[in-house]
Amino acid sequence: MDSFLQLILTLDMSIRLSVVLLLACLAGLFSERSGIVDIGLEGKMLIAAFFAAVVAYHSGSAWMGVLAGCAASLVFSMIHGLASITYRGNQLISGVAINFLASGLTVVIGNAWYQKGGQTPTLSGNSRFTAIELPFSRALSDVPVLGPIYSDLISGHNAIVYIAFLVVPLTWWVLFRTRFGLRLRAVGENPASVDTSGISVVRQRYQALIITGILCGIAGAYLSTAQAAGFGREMTAGRGYIALAALIFAKWRPWYAMGACLLFGLLEAISNLYPNINIFGLVTIPVQFTQALPYILTVVILAGFIGKAIPPRAGGEPYVKER
Amino acid sequence: MDKMPRWADLFLIPFINLILAFIAAGLVVLAIGQNPLDAIYFMIKGSLGSTSGIGYTLYYATNYIFTGLAVAVAFHARLFNIGGEGQAAVGGVGAAVVLLAVDWPHWTVALPFAILGAASFGAAWAFIPAYLQAKRGSHIVITTIMFNFIAAALLGFLLNGILKNPATQNAETRNFGPGAHLPTAHEMLAPFGIEFSKSAPLNFSFLLALACAFLIWLLIWRTRLGYQIRAFGHNERAANYAGIPAVRITVLAMLISGALAGMLSINVVMGEQERLIKEFVEGAGFVGIAVALMGRSHPFGIVLAAILFGMLTQGGFELLFEMPAISREMVLVIQALIILFTGALDHMVRDPVERIFIRMKNRSA
Repeated sequence: MDSFLQLILTLDMSIRLSVVLLLACLAGLFSERSGIVDIGLEGKMLIAAFFAAVVAYHSGSAWMGVLAGCAASLVFSMIHGLASITYRGNQLISGVAINFLASGLTVVIGNAWYQKGGQTPTLSGNSRFTAIELPFSRALSDVPVLGPIYSDLISGHNAIVYIAFLVVPLTWWVLFRTRFGLRLRAVGENPASVDTSGISVVRQRYQALIITGILCGIAGAYLSTAQAAGFGREMTAGRGYIALAALIFAKWRPWYAMGACLLFGLLEAISNLYPNINIFGLVTIPVQFTQALPYILTVVILAGFIGKAIPPRAGGEPYVKER
Repeated sequence: MDKMPRWADLFLIPFINLILAFIAAGLVVLAIGQNPLDAIYFMIKGSLGSTSGIGYTLYYATNYIFTGLAVAVAFHARLFNIGGEGQAAVGGVGAAVVLLAVDWPHWTVALPFAILGAASFGAAWAFIPAYLQAKRGSHIVITTIMFNFIAAALLGFLLNGILKNPATQNAETRNFGPGAHLPTAHEMLAPFGIEFSKSAPLNFSFLLALACAFLIWLLIWRTRLGYQIRAFGHNERAANYAGIPAVRITVLAMLISGALAGMLSINVVMGEQERLIKEFVEGAGFVGIAVALMGRSHPFGIVLAAILFGMLTQGGFELLFEMPAISREMVLVIQALIILFTGALDHMVRDPVERIFIRMKNRSA
């Protein structure tokens, strides 16, 4: 039973850690499906985490924090849009700039406001997201096997965790069952044909980036107001890039994205809980290997050794209207 | 082609971009209630006001010349190498392994081998993404990003394992020994009667970086390979028709790029730290992107841009002493804005300027 509880604990932690990845990954999904490559997920999450923590601290409401995070992330998303849609600049370079800008601005502003080396004041009470107990979780916790799965693994997360997992079917529905989604995918594959049918490519892509901004905002807010109690410098710690990796791993599809993020969350949980894994006393897997595994897996996927990851066809190319 | 004169393309546009970036950065400084002009004054004073300041500025500039050239060579082949950070880190392992393996008699003997170690390891780290791009079509931007993280993990693994100096708690190697000591600016200038700061880390590598800049200029504009790289970058399909092999050019351009990034470790690991530590690259790989953009991928422009970014880095440290309310990360903000305005928002300035030139030409005609 002990190892079962250990497993539940590990999986529970994987879920917590995969939420940020999942939200960021779905954010990237909208952007990349519309043909805008976004390596600035990291920066958008970071700036969102910062402003979410600041506003949550001063307003005393975690939800206000989420709104602020979304607003900050949206501003960055629109800068990316300006650079890559309106001015037809290099989307990769714009993404790099956004990541730099966020890691610089958060510390500069944070230090000027709070003098704590870039940290924001610690959040407590309502300015943080706390666990939600699902109904009957107490009563059912003694049921063998299913009890702990329900009460420890499924119940007891905060609101954003549930929201994140609801966004997955929502994303699928929007992308594959609505007119908006069809057009969004079309501008990512063949913008010229969309343009010919009288739909504005520019407008469609900006709309996609708005969704990207909002989802990155929620992801950032989750980091600073749910997972941690305040903002710390560089707190995204490369998660935006892991999310990008997950997106490729998932071949730009929502349900696969959830799988990939859970897998990468599990890897992070394993490297946190069991730094050096010893297999039968023969080989020790170093913690660095577990940490690098998401990246290694992504390269393997990209290399096409396990299935082929084919990105949206118009990704990364600015659309120039024919005259 | 000749929408505007060459000087406007090479100097006016980058200059306007730079001014815009500084105005935006100035607004950030204003927003946190500080005086941007004071900040500029202290940054210039800190980076150029003393031989120590100059020594630090040029030391950082050395790093940025290497990484800027690395990004630029790849740019010429229309490859975006974001992996400078990882290639430099692995290059550091190469340099350290060479310098630790032998008890070197003199730096002049050690240096060529250290260069070989650093460059070959850096190149090897760039080879895999290059090969995957050329042969399997995996996007090089994503693979090089992934390789940055893998390199960081690898470095951590080695420095906590086989390369670790057992005498300390830190994740670092033992010192390289006196035979691997590169002459510092102080030691090089003393025989000429020039008193240069002893504390500044500027060393022989700066000259090496300048030599690399010259060699890359030769390579890109004066050799067949350079011509092929540029042709490939301009139009892959046309290059293919001309019999320029895509796989070969992609791989060679990335090998040179990786080797240059790896050579950063000659400056930092061999020249300054004299041992391998964990986070020695300190983002220089990313700054290289800004430097290459600012320098228009031309070695001469890259040297100038690298010195500018060296001034920013060193000036940022100085700023921390003089105006504690502005943190050092202000430098990151400025770098980000420069990348944004020169790289991503280039058309925002270029198009109106082009229009002005066309109008002027029409009027005079």
